[in-house]
Amino acid sequence: MEKRKELTVSAIENGTVIDHIPADKVFQVVKILGLDKVTTPVYFGTNVESKKYGTKGFIKASNKYFAPEEVNKIALVAPTASIIEIKDFEVIRKQTVSIPDRIENIVKCFNPNCVTNKEHDVPTKFVVIKDAEGNIKLHCHYCEKNTTQDKLEFI
Amino acid sequence: MSISLKNRSLISISDYTPEEICHVLDIAEDFEKNPHQNLLNGRIIASLFFEPSTRTRLSFETAIQLLGGNVIGFSSTAGTSIQKGESLADTITMVASYADLIVMRNPIEGSARFASEVSKVPVINAGDGANQHPTQCMLDLYSIRKTQGTLENLEITLVGDLKYGRTVHSLVEAMCNFNAKFNLVSPVELKLPSVVKQHIKDRNLEYHQYTELEDAIPHSDIIYMTRIQRERFPDPEEYEKVKNSYVLRNAMLDASKPNCRVLHPLPRVNEIHVDVDANPKAYYFQQAQNGVYARQALIASILGLK
Repeated sequence: MEKRKELTVSAIENGTVIDHIPADKVFQVVKILGLDKVTTPVYFGTNVESKKYGTKGFIKASNKYFAPEEVNKIALVAPTASIIEIKDFEVIRKQTVSIPDRIENIVKCFNPNCVTNKEHDVPTKFVVIKDAEGNIKLHCHYCEKNTTQDKLEFI
Repeated sequence: MSISLKNRSLISISDYTPEEICHVLDIAEDFEKNPHQNLLNGRIIASLFFEPSTRTRLSFETAIQLLGGNVIGFSSTAGTSIQKGESLADTITMVASYADLIVMRNPIEGSARFASEVSKVPVINAGDGANQHPTQCMLDLYSIRKTQGTLENLEITLVGDLKYGRTVHSLVEAMCNFNAKFNLVSPVELKLPSVVKQHIKDRNLEYHQYTELEDAIPHSDIIYMTRIQRERFPDPEEYEKVKNSYVLRNAMLDASKPNCRVLHPLPRVNEIHVDVDANPKAYYFQQAQNGVYARQALIASILGLK
């Protein structure tokens, strides 16, 4: 009997491929981009072999394109991600993500006494501060405390 | 160009430029000479104190009355709809429809900024938890300028709780605009947070850290004492370890410069011995009195009356 071959995810005709996502961050990226709420087909994979990173994750979202400010939201969790736009099975654009200067309502403020954690329906707002070593801190617009990368918690 | 602060909320001291701060101080000076000025002429100011306060609330209400205004509000949340679970946004929206200006103290950090975004009338932050207390900063600056004749090139010694003390953080940030030199005197556990120290470094200003108060006194223009605040300590044992770290006594001021003045945001516990009170260099009670003029100046400027 012929050995069954590994099932691979088919190419999409139109839409966006997000590749080189850190393997453990795929579900966060799905959530940040709101792909858990769409009605169009979304394929994803995780712990896939990657020459560059060892393992990686990817997402293929059919009939879906993202504005730059939308994809940049994922830069906090997936700075290595590449965004590939597909039309008629052809790659029409490939880009990397960059961390935006301001981040709204994606990440929680680490300060439990911040108004965004104490009151309902106060969206979080941060200014992104990058230091010389490339570390990122999020300066809360409300309580003025800095949330460091190790304390990032997504909403 | 003339400076106008009309409709400008004050949430953090950094919301105002150094020129705008000096403008407020100039107006405060005028109020000190002539405190009774019926500028508000019956306007209504809301004083919303979600947690207890003595000096700040009383000096705001005194300022409003000296300006001929009326006060509505509360001094604790007991008996208000907040205890029924009303959101801050709803409380502020409602009060903003009654009053011309809102003064708010709230233990939740960032609540004042949020209130200013919800409110259709300007908001003055009278303290939001451990975050900001800009009107205290304004009266500190007023007191420094009044006693030293200038805000420029002064040597400021900050003593005690430099970690949790919000007045210290705001004062450092503000004095960085005026080429100050800082002496930081605190127990190791209560050192100035690096985010505040960064303001000093960003301006390339000089600062020195001390553990002994005596070492900083001889070259200080201002000695800014602070209370070690029990309520800010998550661990009571930590508080016990540091609570009596620094006590300023009258004899210690013998080594100070003639122009040196001792400031304290009050209330004090034991960090300034009562024997300092009679020393002409003790300025903390006048400082508290200056709070009325500084707040008069802010209210009048924000309402566009000065």
